[in-house]
Amino acid sequence: MSDSDKAKREGMFQKLRKTQFWRSVFRHGYPDTQRNRALAVLSNVFLHLHPVRIRKSGLALSFTWCMGGVTFFLFLVETVTGILLMFYYKPVTYEAYNNIQEMKETLPLGMMREMHRWGAHAMVLTVWLHMFRVFMTGSYKPPREFNWVVGVLLLLLTLLLSFTGYLLPWDQLAIWAVTVGSNMARAHPVIGHEGPGASLLMLDDIPLVTVGSDARFILLGGRFVGENALLRFYVLHCVFIPVVAITLMAVHFWRIRKDGGISGPL
Amino acid sequence: MNIFDDFIVPLSNFLTRPEILVPLAALSLALVLRFYRTVTKPKIAGGIGIAFVLLFVGSLSDAHFKEIILKADNLPIVLLIASLLFFLWLCLRRAAINDERLERDLPPIEAVHKRQTVLVWPDLVMSEFICLLAVSALLTVWSVGIPAPLEEPASAALTPNPSKAPWYFLGLQEMLVYYDPWLAGVVFPLTIVAGLMTIPYIDTNPRGNGYYTLKDRKFAISVFLFGFLIFWVLLIVIGTFLRGANWNFFGPFEVWDPHKAVPLMNINLSEIFWVKMMNTRLPENWLQREFLGILVVLAYFLIAPLLLAKTVLKEQFQKLDFVRFSIVIMLLLLMLALPIKMLGRWMFNLKYIVYIPEFFFNI
Repeated sequence: MSDSDKAKREGMFQKLRKTQFWRSVFRHGYPDTQRNRALAVLSNVFLHLHPVRIRKSGLALSFTWCMGGVTFFLFLVETVTGILLMFYYKPVTYEAYNNIQEMKETLPLGMMREMHRWGAHAMVLTVWLHMFRVFMTGSYKPPREFNWVVGVLLLLLTLLLSFTGYLLPWDQLAIWAVTVGSNMARAHPVIGHEGPGASLLMLDDIPLVTVGSDARFILLGGRFVGENALLRFYVLHCVFIPVVAITLMAVHFWRIRKDGGISGPL
Repeated sequence: MNIFDDFIVPLSNFLTRPEILVPLAALSLALVLRFYRTVTKPKIAGGIGIAFVLLFVGSLSDAHFKEIILKADNLPIVLLIASLLFFLWLCLRRAAINDERLERDLPPIEAVHKRQTVLVWPDLVMSEFICLLAVSALLTVWSVGIPAPLEEPASAALTPNPSKAPWYFLGLQEMLVYYDPWLAGVVFPLTIVAGLMTIPYIDTNPRGNGYYTLKDRKFAISVFLFGFLIFWVLLIVIGTFLRGANWNFFGPFEVWDPHKAVPLMNINLSEIFWVKMMNTRLPENWLQREFLGILVVLAYFLIAPLLLAKTVLKEQFQKLDFVRFSIVIMLLLLMLALPIKMLGRWMFNLKYIVYIPEFFFNI
């Protein structure tokens, strides 16, 4: 490309930047000055979760491992691939398995389910590594105590997201892993029918906590992992837990900024 | 004579038995924490790392090991082991460097450019973007290379053997060997979550905020690493790779034979006391039958804290107020309840300390 061509191109780009439309989207000039770089973060709803400046030590990958950011990115990947899978999946016992089998042929690139499944595994892994790093740098110490608490809740939600998603393929692995997992609920003290203290809740001679009314029954919507459980897990997996997680993530990210940005020696 | 079949395989199958592997891993972690400044030196750590890789690659020549390890859904656990070993090295290495600096009255590395800040755009945004691209590339390769498994359609009539929970809950399923579901499946997980949330409020040590160190936070880091690496991750590894049909133990080079016969010799504390020591029948009344176990449990939660406050945890007892110290000690005792019951099982075939099936109350 000759110099004049280059100049012409840059000219086009400059012109585009001067249009009313461009300036209505980006309210600052090209981010090559301190002021415009600050504005690039401040005037963007997504970027403004960051502060304008951070301490230099907070940039080093050997310090942060970037695991929190990777976890968030994987959450986005799960959202996008998950929405795509929802188009092809019906949460009823006589269709679910076939839908999953058909996905191999019908879905674009044939790897959306792979991305969703491996991304979910990876997300559990990165969330643990993130917690590991935050602990080892003592970053939960004042003033970041509350954000650690929010982080623990997010860790729990990640596991629950993965657990509820485990059932949806409706194959042998799914139904039995969830059976093993949800069997714990029947041993819950007092509210599980095989838990200690359940026999205390009696009305005369009639036990109140039975196989048809205990914690496991509420979780599965039935006495065993069946169609109600599939629907419950589907709704929890696709709507309820993501909404709670997104809310807590907003708090988590905002609090990082409000608590003084990434941690560093005082 | 074949060295691999006659020597290495039996030795590995022996070393990975839970009663050997868990104490061995705990001992290794203790040694690593004691000698972290030497062990984390790049040459030594690199040697250990290479040894691990060679061991792993060599083991892949065994058909059964290969089948279990390379199962598509087990790959995350292999990644978990590899990444945890790497990151454990990374943070202990940085801690070693920082601790040496602190001893020479220098600030930790993270504080060298303490006042220097950079603009988020472009510095941080750029590095986030590169991470994002790297993760996307990895995930794409993973997704193209390994198809998502799909087993036979769900059938309530066909129970697979073994039936396993999702891998991240296998630590809890492994705890079921030692504790009943109301403890291993409900009380322990709830305590883990609650305990994690209380960490910032019970760790009042102001040092070690925002930099890697071990010297400044020896107690907190040791407790966390034992809890996380031994009683969570190691149990997951055992549950995934070493538990086969009927949740029996199988060595890494052993075929999961569903007919493996394992003698059931476990007995309850009440049986040891009444039948073996007193030579009588078990009393009918559960309170009389289980009084010793109940006393042991009460003593564990009421008297052990007093003893610990005077001895091992004297320092913590002096530093913390009463409420904080009580929470710390209760969390510690609950965490130690697991290895204690493990030892009881391995050494005395102990099944239950308290056994009251009348109320599903077994400890």
